[in-house]
Amino acid sequence: MTKVLMKGNEAVGAAAIAAGCHYFFGYPITPQSEVPEYMSRELPKVGGAYVQAESEVAAINMVYGAAGSGARVMTSSSSPGIALKQEGISYCAGAELPCVIVDMMRGGPGLGTIQPAQGDYFLATRGGGNGDYRLIVLAPADVQELVDLVMEGFDLADLYRTPVMILGDGMIGQMMEPVEFRYQPRTDLPDKDWATRGKGKGKQRNVINSLYLQAEELEKHNHKLQAKYAKIRENEKKVEEYNVEGADLVITAYGTTSRIAKTAITKLEKEGYKVGMIRPISLYPFPNEAFEKIGENCKGVLTVEMSTGQMIDDVKISLQGRIPTYFHGRSGGMVPEPEEIVEKVKEILGGDR
Amino acid sequence: MDERLIIAGFGGQGVMAMGQLLTYSGMIEGKNVSWLPSYGPEMRGGTANCNVTISSEPVGSPVVIESTTAVVLNLPSLDKFESSVVPGGNLMINSSLIEKKAERDDINVYYIPANEIANEIGNTRIANMVMLGAYIEITGAIKIESVYEAFGKVFGETKAHLLPINKDALKRGAEVVREQMKVNA
Repeated sequence: MTKVLMKGNEAVGAAAIAAGCHYFFGYPITPQSEVPEYMSRELPKVGGAYVQAESEVAAINMVYGAAGSGARVMTSSSSPGIALKQEGISYCAGAELPCVIVDMMRGGPGLGTIQPAQGDYFLATRGGGNGDYRLIVLAPADVQELVDLVMEGFDLADLYRTPVMILGDGMIGQMMEPVEFRYQPRTDLPDKDWATRGKGKGKQRNVINSLYLQAEELEKHNHKLQAKYAKIRENEKKVEEYNVEGADLVITAYGTTSRIAKTAITKLEKEGYKVGMIRPISLYPFPNEAFEKIGENCKGVLTVEMSTGQMIDDVKISLQGRIPTYFHGRSGGMVPEPEEIVEKVKEILGGDR
Repeated sequence: MDERLIIAGFGGQGVMAMGQLLTYSGMIEGKNVSWLPSYGPEMRGGTANCNVTISSEPVGSPVVIESTTAVVLNLPSLDKFESSVVPGGNLMINSSLIEKKAERDDINVYYIPANEIANEIGNTRIANMVMLGAYIEITGAIKIESVYEAFGKVFGETKAHLLPINKDALKRGAEVVREQMKVNA
């Protein structure tokens, strides 16, 4: 298939439809409004349904309903809208409903700004909703990867019966890059025999619910969820590594920030610095092994984020104090420049190269 | 090659479309490309700009801070982006709307009366294509034929009848800048 030039947000919609998602419920918010716009135009053409809900809370509950019927379904929003969806996301996780949720992050807290940011890392990986649940959280760095992860996200959601979050930002949503759509569905996806599609004669009645009034039952359910998350941690970690072995310093960043870091690394290499990079692609499960492998001669790990420091917590947990950690972040919609990262690295390494 | 552009002007001057055509053309030629728009609450009539990267290497940061070429279609854009051009890079000024001259002498500066030329051809809205024609002549970053091919992809079939006038604009942009290139050389 030939490549087309597409805006990240539109590519999200095209990828979802290519992966068999025919239902979308959402509410517009900058910088992701092209997703609902695209879906409202394209879903009727494939016999699907697009509903602009009266609010984000309504949209996520429509997702709950559609997912409960066994359909592939998606919603998208940006930070404040995703915050509103947290209750419904927790319900989806509790009721084990597969769905894909896209968050094109913008500056916060509160209504914040429409410019790109990464301040929803905690919300996405720790769960902004109540209870002991996790999402699979995937963070693309370019538009092709965004397309690939949306498609894979639907498979992972079905495989594990869990909500999957695609964590992008305003930059990846708004930018255009060449993409191709090459969806190969997994062949090991289980039948959705749990879905509520009408009982039929003599069949068992399916119930989709996250309410367990008996404490013993709910604890058992929690153990089941935890076993699932353990399996996800075992099988679904994704990471890109670059020149980590023998590096004097390792930079870690995810999403679009990793590309700015890469430009900074190219500049540093030209000056003779040995700097590697770890780019977590799955934020949950976090690719801790990549950090555990860093050699003792490495002088530090620099986390760069468009936030005041959130992923750095997972970096510290993974490193367990073995190697000093440093942080450089911009927030509020400010995007770091490669030169800032270069300066920070030089500050850490002194003259060592 | 590593072309990093900032294209800037008022909303409505076609800076986004010019960037998209360029990006699409680069993609057609098999290069690594990215297009990043400024986006804000003040689109129409306010300032707009986009960053375009066309490279033989994978694109790192899509944000252009140090540009190899800055294309400025109005005065606020000149004031804002003249300093972004790397030494030896190009600054392309729409002299129809900008009377001011560039301050730097370590870059190649081109003055292109884009709106006047567009009006001569008969459509003021193709001033952006005059600038694009000039850019291709100066840098040789892409082939003009690729723009013809990209035109249909970016604007769709309903605008196909406008291709001839756009070709004219590209050609005139290239012509007007050819003389200045001799001076700069």
